[in-house]
Amino acid sequence: MSDSFTMNEAQPRLLDTTDQGLIGAPLDRPEGALKVSGQATYTAEYHPEGMCHGVLVRATITRGTVTGFDETAAAALPGYLGLFHGPEFLRNPAQGMAGKAPTQPGDRVAYHGQPIALVVAESFETARDAAARIVVHYDEQPGAPVDPETAPSEEPDDRTVQGDLDAAMRKGAATLDRAYTTPGHAAAAMEPHAALAEWEGDHLTLHGALQMIRYNKAELADAIGVKPEQVRVLAPYIGGGFGSKLGISAEHISAALAARALKRPVRVVMARQTVFDAILRRTETAQRLRLAAETDGKLTAIGHEDRISNLEGEGFAEPTAAATQFLYAAPNRLVRKTISRNHRTPSGSVRAPGEAVGMFALECGMDELAETLGICPVELRLRNIPEKHPETGQTFTAHALAQALREGAQAFGWDKRTEPGTRREGEWLIGMGVASAARTNMLIASSARVTLTRDGALVETDMTDIGTGSYAILGQIAGEMLGLPIDKVSVHLADSDLPGASGSGGSFGASSAGSAVFLAARKIRDELAKRLGCAPEDVRVDRGQVTGDNKKAALADLLVEPIAMEASIESGETAKTHFSSGFGAHFAEVAVSEITGEVRVRRILGVFGVGRVLNEKTARSQAVGGMIWGVGSALHEELSHDPRTGHIVGRDLANYHVPSHADIPAKMEVRFLEERDDHANPIQSKGIGELGISGAGAAVINAIHNATGLRVYDFPATPDKIVQGFMEHGR
Amino acid sequence: MREFDYVRADSLDHAAAQAGPHAALIAGGTNLLDLMKLQVMVPERVIDISRLDGLDTIEADGPGLRIGAMVRNADLAADPRIRADYPVLARALLAGASGQIRNKASTGGNLLQRTRCPYFYDTAMACNKRAPGSGCAAEGGASRMLAILGTSKDCRAAHPSDMAVALRALEARVAIRAPNGTERILEMDQLYRLPGDRPDLETELDEGDIITAVLLPAPALGSSQSYRKIRDRASYAFALVSVAAVVTMQDDRIGKASLAFGGLAPRPWKDAQVDAMLAGQAPSEALFSKAADTLLAEAVSDAGNEFKRHLAHRAMIAVLREATGLAPASTGTDLVGEPA
Repeated sequence: MSDSFTMNEAQPRLLDTTDQGLIGAPLDRPEGALKVSGQATYTAEYHPEGMCHGVLVRATITRGTVTGFDETAAAALPGYLGLFHGPEFLRNPAQGMAGKAPTQPGDRVAYHGQPIALVVAESFETARDAAARIVVHYDEQPGAPVDPETAPSEEPDDRTVQGDLDAAMRKGAATLDRAYTTPGHAAAAMEPHAALAEWEGDHLTLHGALQMIRYNKAELADAIGVKPEQVRVLAPYIGGGFGSKLGISAEHISAALAARALKRPVRVVMARQTVFDAILRRTETAQRLRLAAETDGKLTAIGHEDRISNLEGEGFAEPTAAATQFLYAAPNRLVRKTISRNHRTPSGSVRAPGEAVGMFALECGMDELAETLGICPVELRLRNIPEKHPETGQTFTAHALAQALREGAQAFGWDKRTEPGTRREGEWLIGMGVASAARTNMLIASSARVTLTRDGALVETDMTDIGTGSYAILGQIAGEMLGLPIDKVSVHLADSDLPGASGSGGSFGASSAGSAVFLAARKIRDELAKRLGCAPEDVRVDRGQVTGDNKKAALADLLVEPIAMEASIESGETAKTHFSSGFGAHFAEVAVSEITGEVRVRRILGVFGVGRVLNEKTARSQAVGGMIWGVGSALHEELSHDPRTGHIVGRDLANYHVPSHADIPAKMEVRFLEERDDHANPIQSKGIGELGISGAGAAVINAIHNATGLRVYDFPATPDKIVQGFMEHGR
Repeated sequence: MREFDYVRADSLDHAAAQAGPHAALIAGGTNLLDLMKLQVMVPERVIDISRLDGLDTIEADGPGLRIGAMVRNADLAADPRIRADYPVLARALLAGASGQIRNKASTGGNLLQRTRCPYFYDTAMACNKRAPGSGCAAEGGASRMLAILGTSKDCRAAHPSDMAVALRALEARVAIRAPNGTERILEMDQLYRLPGDRPDLETELDEGDIITAVLLPAPALGSSQSYRKIRDRASYAFALVSVAAVVTMQDDRIGKASLAFGGLAPRPWKDAQVDAMLAGQAPSEALFSKAADTLLAEAVSDAGNEFKRHLAHRAMIAVLREATGLAPASTGTDLVGEPA
């Protein structure tokens, strides 16, 4: 049985009364031991009988038409099984929550590296060799624009204009007008993208490294032209996604098509280089930030304009100024976007699309404005926290920015921060920086089923666990509600035959799927109350005992007949009247070599208000992971594009630099503020995974300024840029 | 990956006899296997010398040391003789790769690792080193990691080794066994060719030649040694610029300075003129700066790697200041102490 709960009003805090010690507890992931002992089966690790191997062929022109394939040299290899291409092939992966096939370009090529065909062979090695031997004939259309600065561009309509920014800039006691750039980023998930397709009659089973099963099933069915009920998608274990596995992509479609034609299971695992070529990247951005303030630091104007890029026809546009729209108050506001249409690998969601790069401009700009005003950067932020959403007038739900800034400053020893360029240890210049953290919180329609038997509870939903801890927290919610120890709760995820949930994306998975599990468990409690003979609001389920209205029964005795309940949740009125966001503050201390310009982060602290923490350990891991990404985008990460073809150069993890262990300090601290977001969802939680990155990099960049007196506007702050700054100041 | 024959050599004779134009030796395999998967290298026969006896020891060699070609990078860096008498080598080794890679990578293989030029790694791109005569896609491309010294119009690829830079500063030599069993000894500059118009020919090794050892001269007694590597992240990144120095002071003057540079050139780079202008001089900022200008006088760079000039200039001066006592000795940026 199922009905949908709509989030129309603030919800009572039932999880504060259940008292089972599970919710919020830092429990281990139930699948952790399987993962570290190699027993968790990732997509590429299934070996069904008769399986053959596919390797994608990439386009090596930037724009044009494929006129033919010559497979002579490939076909001569023993074990070669064929070349597959056709109208079902995808130009690029589906964007998150598309629910339908992305562009299917036929023989058109729109970027260098576009997967255009699949070679299948008996072994992976043969398939890879064969793919390299395929000769592709093109009708090339030269001159495709690949530079976002010069490519044709368009401006979407949804700009924000409030008051008169230009006038406020003229009148401001202190103003800032700066240009910033951020390069493209890769999600760089550890597990390469993979698919394994098997047909049984006209039914397809697809194992895939995918984040959003419900949408992926629909995308897959649409792309290959079958009914959704003919498709089953499974993704029990995923080795990181970060947005790069939101939608189906070339490996899934090509595996499905080849498996159907060959009547054999086909596995397609992308080489790391192919992941760089063919998986959606984070766009590069060019940003202009304008701020105006009175002498007391009150902002009078905020303008944030940005240029991002994507391929023609892609609806996704990095929401660079997302946090700018609500983080600080100012009567005069402008948010405007330009989309450059170029022929690079298209862009899509990568961890915290928008905030991850947009907050560099906003938070580095605030730091510089604070310096101009002679106001402490923490204080400047505190003075500009809005009472209501500055654009929409919505009431904020739990809003922790002020508390996070104050407690963080205290804990970090912010009062020991010195004037820029004045603290030194040998060749190292030492400085501290701060930035706000903000990431919009969302509730996405989700369903789950919970079955309670005498042996324990089973949680079922198509929610994914991409390394985040879904298995852990969903079990904890059910156990907490049903009075069961955690080892009596099983969690089955990521199977499209199960009730559909949000999937993992936008940091909404834990709250959305978690709420569905909560509601299903609440229905079970209602049924237990009925069986016990008490009112639903009186029932207590405590460590195997059910009590209420002076009645008491062992849980097992009420479960002669098992209870199975399904529940769904969707967002409602509270999302209109209220605005829910995670907030926090990042503090960083860096050392900068005055000789080489190398930067080492020595300490980082993140203080966050994320509503109810469901599992302190997995929550902390999410925050830490985000903060490390922030360090990476501040100091290391940069996609490099060939200026002629636009293709990504250095397509591996030796050249694309995510932080190494040595880049991350042992003194990395996360503090969660005690918070409940009653308007967000019935479990009062908010997203965490993207809040950790939002603003983290800016704190590092601001610390570099405090250490050296230099400001970097083009990220990442690699040694050459710092040294350039030193040289410009005769150092 | 292409199919290939795997031969496990049971002797150096056996290994040499299996050599040929389409054969490759494998030791640690940390570079070769990557290149084979990408089909940048497509040997038809891979000759495994990693299990041969006698190649994985470090032995006295007169007043110096003989380092077997199969000595793992991790073991070499940890050897007490290396740490005590040739610290620049230990430092350089530990600045390279990652712990896992150093456990596999061999001394001989490290010397022969291929460039990390991204265009060399991409078989869809023109590359004179990979496919002679096909052109150089790196010219006019992404050039951040390319060399600025010793390049040619046909190739601007940089040699990626850290170890080899330290060895060059230590004036190490390389023992090479010819197929007929005779051994010859080459200076490192004799081992490596500059690209010229044949960037595909990287060394003077002939078919069947096998590097069997690296020979270190007697320790430079009383020398100050330093290795400074500037890179885009704290670990597991190739050098933007690195400097190795072995400097001996005589009274208040530089007796002998031996400098070598990584990240700048197609081979570990040494400029005899630079060493010569330092010898016999009193250390000073002005002297170091002039020497750095000399080092870079012939540099050819573009907007993408122009910065290497500046980094090299600064790193060289910093290393010389430490090595000559103008500044206290340090570990460069390899380590940062925990904050107080």
